[in-house]
Amino acid sequence: MKGALTPEAAAERIPDGARVMIGGFVAVGSPLRLIDALVARGARGLTVIANDTARPGLGIGKLISAGCVARVIASHIGLNPDTQRGLNEGRIAVDLVPQGTLVERIRAGGMGLGGVLTPTGLGTEIAAGKQILEIEGRSYLLELPLRADFALIGAWQADHVGNLIYEFTAQNFNPVMALAADTVIAEPESIVPVGVIPPDAVRTPGVLVDHLLVRAR
Amino acid sequence: MDAKELIARRVAQEIRPGMLVNLGIGLPSLVAAFVPAGLGVFFQAENGVIGLGAPPPEGMEDAHLTDAGGGFVSAVPGAASIDSAMSFGLIRGGHLDMTVLGGLQVDEAGQLANWKVPGAMVPGMGGAMDLVTGAARVVVAMQHAAKGQSKIVPFCTLPLTALRRVDLIVTDLAVIEPTAAGLLLRERAPGVAVEAILAATEAALIVTGDIPEMRLG
Repeated sequence: MKGALTPEAAAERIPDGARVMIGGFVAVGSPLRLIDALVARGARGLTVIANDTARPGLGIGKLISAGCVARVIASHIGLNPDTQRGLNEGRIAVDLVPQGTLVERIRAGGMGLGGVLTPTGLGTEIAAGKQILEIEGRSYLLELPLRADFALIGAWQADHVGNLIYEFTAQNFNPVMALAADTVIAEPESIVPVGVIPPDAVRTPGVLVDHLLVRAR
Repeated sequence: MDAKELIARRVAQEIRPGMLVNLGIGLPSLVAAFVPAGLGVFFQAENGVIGLGAPPPEGMEDAHLTDAGGGFVSAVPGAASIDSAMSFGLIRGGHLDMTVLGGLQVDEAGQLANWKVPGAMVPGMGGAMDLVTGAARVVVAMQHAAKGQSKIVPFCTLPLTALRRVDLIVTDLAVIEPTAAGLLLRERAPGVAVEAILAATEAALIVTGDIPEMRLG
């Protein structure tokens, strides 16, 4: 652990143009204070890798509306007309990836694998230009790993070692993204003394977490 | 009974005891209300819960417990929270017994298009490509026509969701089973004549013998 950061200090470390994974599913499980700090800093040119871009005024939707994002790699942008508009006007590049493929590409990036073989997308337009491999008589698309400069993780609770636990559907992409970036910043809703989170309950081991965000004031 | 309720009630009859079922957002999500309690059915929401329950009473919502559309839900006794890798492992890995999805078009080969209208609407595929590729049984629940245009067509003109032939189509007019030979008309909605279904369907339908009415109980 390298100590807790304020949201402002965390946002300062994330330069314009950075490639950033952000956990959450329609903002449930997203690191909301970190996102606000990036908007306040006026970040520009970010590549955001996330399941979706939430809604205007909510979670990642705030980054989109504030013009912080140049590229989105996501499975769904349908709830955010601002992303759609940015795509249509050529301000935001959008790579759409099937949700199961997206999480496995991130997992491959984080777990040292050279790619993923999946049947999802075969025969559709997302197969264009991708290698198809036949394994034991079945066809698969080769999908390549994804990594990022930063992973911004929303957690329910952390201890001071950085061990993380999540609540209900707020896990989503967070545990996988915590493996796949050079620097991992976790924003827990509370921080408890070491030992309070039982080892068996830990979903993201603290060794993966570089920085915690300080508690909300 | 309005068209959506009719479709939801008929789809609910496809659900067998002990199944793991994923319901898409929108019309398909209405199906859960017509599945009898005590069947031992678990609903999966791909954002991270097995054992999705009805929306909670006002004031008892949990910000971290939502469905794939971002709406507040509850979790039934025996529910499990899962991350996105597990969620799509269940879907792609053949562990999901049934998915119910909306559709923009289904064609005579039984192939589904439901994620993109080029030039008009690009919401993204979300989990749809994985669901259609991986679920043991795929049921399409949709209105028979949109803006006077049949959604059951000779060939999909919209981008395909997957190569896989879906297993059943349930609309406000008919139940149709895609087979290797073509689209088999199985049932008609109460009070709807076969001729009316054929007239409302751009695709060729195979009609053999008497076509029974849906029994909505």
